[in-house]
Amino acid sequence: MALETRIYQKENNIHFLKLLKASAKDLFGSHFLAKQLATRDIKSQYRQSYLGIIWAFIMPVTSALVWIFLNLTGTIKLSDTGVPYPVYAFSGTLIWSIITEAINSPTSSTNAARGIMSKINFPKEALVLSGIYKLLFNSLIKIMLLVVFIFVFGIGFHWSLLLFPFAILAAILFGTTLGLFMTPIGMIYNDIAKIISMSLSFLMYVTPVVYAIPKKGIMKTIMEINPFSALILTSRDLALGTSPDYLGYFCWIFAASVALFFIALLFYRISIPIIVERLSA
Amino acid sequence: MIEEKNIETNKEVLVKVEGLSKKFCKDLKTSLWYGVKDLVSNIKGNKNERLLRDKEFWAVKDINFELRRGECLGLIGHNGAGKSTLLKILNGLINPDAGKITIKGRVGALIELGAGFNPILSGRENIYNNGAVLGFTKKEINAKVEDIIDFSEIREFIDMPVQNYSSGMKVRLGFAVAAQMEPDVLIIDEVLAVGDLGFVLKCLKTIDIILPNTAIIFVSHSMPMVSRICSQIILMDKGMAKFQGVDVSTAIDLYYTRFSNNESNVVFTDYSLVLEHVEVITNKKNEKNISQLNWGDDLKVLIKLSFTKNVKVPKFFISVFDKEQRAVALFKNNDVYSNIKIINNKIEFIITHSNLQFSKGIYSLNISIGKMENEEPLFRANNIVSFQIIDKKEVWPPFLLNSSYNNVYNK
Repeated sequence: MALETRIYQKENNIHFLKLLKASAKDLFGSHFLAKQLATRDIKSQYRQSYLGIIWAFIMPVTSALVWIFLNLTGTIKLSDTGVPYPVYAFSGTLIWSIITEAINSPTSSTNAARGIMSKINFPKEALVLSGIYKLLFNSLIKIMLLVVFIFVFGIGFHWSLLLFPFAILAAILFGTTLGLFMTPIGMIYNDIAKIISMSLSFLMYVTPVVYAIPKKGIMKTIMEINPFSALILTSRDLALGTSPDYLGYFCWIFAASVALFFIALLFYRISIPIIVERLSA
Repeated sequence: MIEEKNIETNKEVLVKVEGLSKKFCKDLKTSLWYGVKDLVSNIKGNKNERLLRDKEFWAVKDINFELRRGECLGLIGHNGAGKSTLLKILNGLINPDAGKITIKGRVGALIELGAGFNPILSGRENIYNNGAVLGFTKKEINAKVEDIIDFSEIREFIDMPVQNYSSGMKVRLGFAVAAQMEPDVLIIDEVLAVGDLGFVLKCLKTIDIILPNTAIIFVSHSMPMVSRICSQIILMDKGMAKFQGVDVSTAIDLYYTRFSNNESNVVFTDYSLVLEHVEVITNKKNEKNISQLNWGDDLKVLIKLSFTKNVKVPKFFISVFDKEQRAVALFKNNDVYSNIKIINNKIEFIITHSNLQFSKGIYSLNISIGKMENEEPLFRANNIVSFQIIDKKEVWPPFLLNSSYNNVYNK
């Protein structure tokens, strides 16, 4: 039986495609490990809590409630959204929370595994994958909640609702890719995580999360360029059955995310030894 | 003989390490900044020779060795000598800055037992977590889970959250999972130090079973274990191999010399007496002024004491410790009939043990002095004097007993 041979040396001169192949192999080969890590985290999280699953969606729901309250009391004046405002706000905050969670996911999964990363050699792609599994689990709860809202507020069923989960998948992929690029530096400097959470809270205001894109003005331009807008609007349009105006841009973002995801994964893969070195030094 | 040698060389080299070096940075902020720079240069391949940057040092420098199946390499050295760094490079966790490692086969590492355990979850669930991290498939774990529980000997508590386990139980469970690995190369770092005696014996037994089919790299501060398991050894100091070879006991001696100190320390005194002079009487001394004796010589210890109070002759308990700080012998204490006297508040005497059969090595004496009537302590001191036994034969046990072998004839 031929034994697998590993060579460790300073150069990273393996061919790009070979590296990609190895990375993809580890990503798909580590399904069991990733699933195990994800179920471990989910189980332990809910076993030590009474409210359990409520925590998965309480944040976006409360922030939507704040906006609904502000709108109903006339404290702020929002332009017409075309659908009942509560559904608009709920769908916006739920989808937005999925994207932000996806951005934070690679860094938090990697950070949580700091201890074992410096001790045991396992496919690190499993951490990314387990992050995605956890996102899928949390998103599933949010999607179900959103479907409940859709029926409660009388929007009713549209065939496009069936496409909505795919739009969410694209949003998760987009967020994870973005997060993956920032993880290596984020592991070295804590500042990165703080900068990300700060910029996301600003970014929300130039994204049609709780209000629609204005008809004209500088804000309209900014919001239309913002890739988050396309993700949120298209997902929401599919869910509520309105016409998806930004579908083209959305498809471009999705295609780019797929390609960039693998590049980000490679960057992650070759960066891990350097991170481990700096963690344990 | 020739045939046997052939078999020996036929065993494939599983680990080959050539000119391995690794540098580390002493300062955190600088280290992090270098990390960012390395991230960038890493993408481009970074084939340049790596020199020390500001505030960096070589944590591992120019290490070379080869290890075949069935061999065990011991890595010893004081804390911070670079052993763990070397293991991390061997395990593929960090990349070297120079040199090359070629490893064949499945690599198992006993560096941390119970990796991936979650404290909230039960022992059984954590077997799956830990097994997954170690690279088992679900099917493999399903097949082995009962064996693992039996091996860990904690079946009674297997469905209890791991946070309620004692540290020894966690280690048992972790080792039980790790013991199911069938690695070609096994890396062990200090994990056997925890756990009770039964567990340690069990670990050693497991290692004995897998050793013939495995190349083991073993890091430990426990020299008895090193001498028991290892067939070759590297003594590391400041990242370099200070000694390397198959002569395990020489390396262990060198390791101990680094820690040998000639300072005695008084552990207890009631100020009624002062230990003025202790000497092992001999005509040979080594460069560190330690008395040397040949195996089988008479051991004579000269002791001089002075008393600050008027007292009777106390009882002397003098014990011998080896370099591992194991107590190996005790001199029979004196009693009222012993022929020693206090003159002018001073006492001088020689204790003799003839035909000393200690094995090669360095030994030290501890003394404890108590009242003759009730052994109430007056004075205690550790390491009051050291001596070295010279012998050709290198053995691990502290005694090399003189023996003769004779046939038994049936009349």
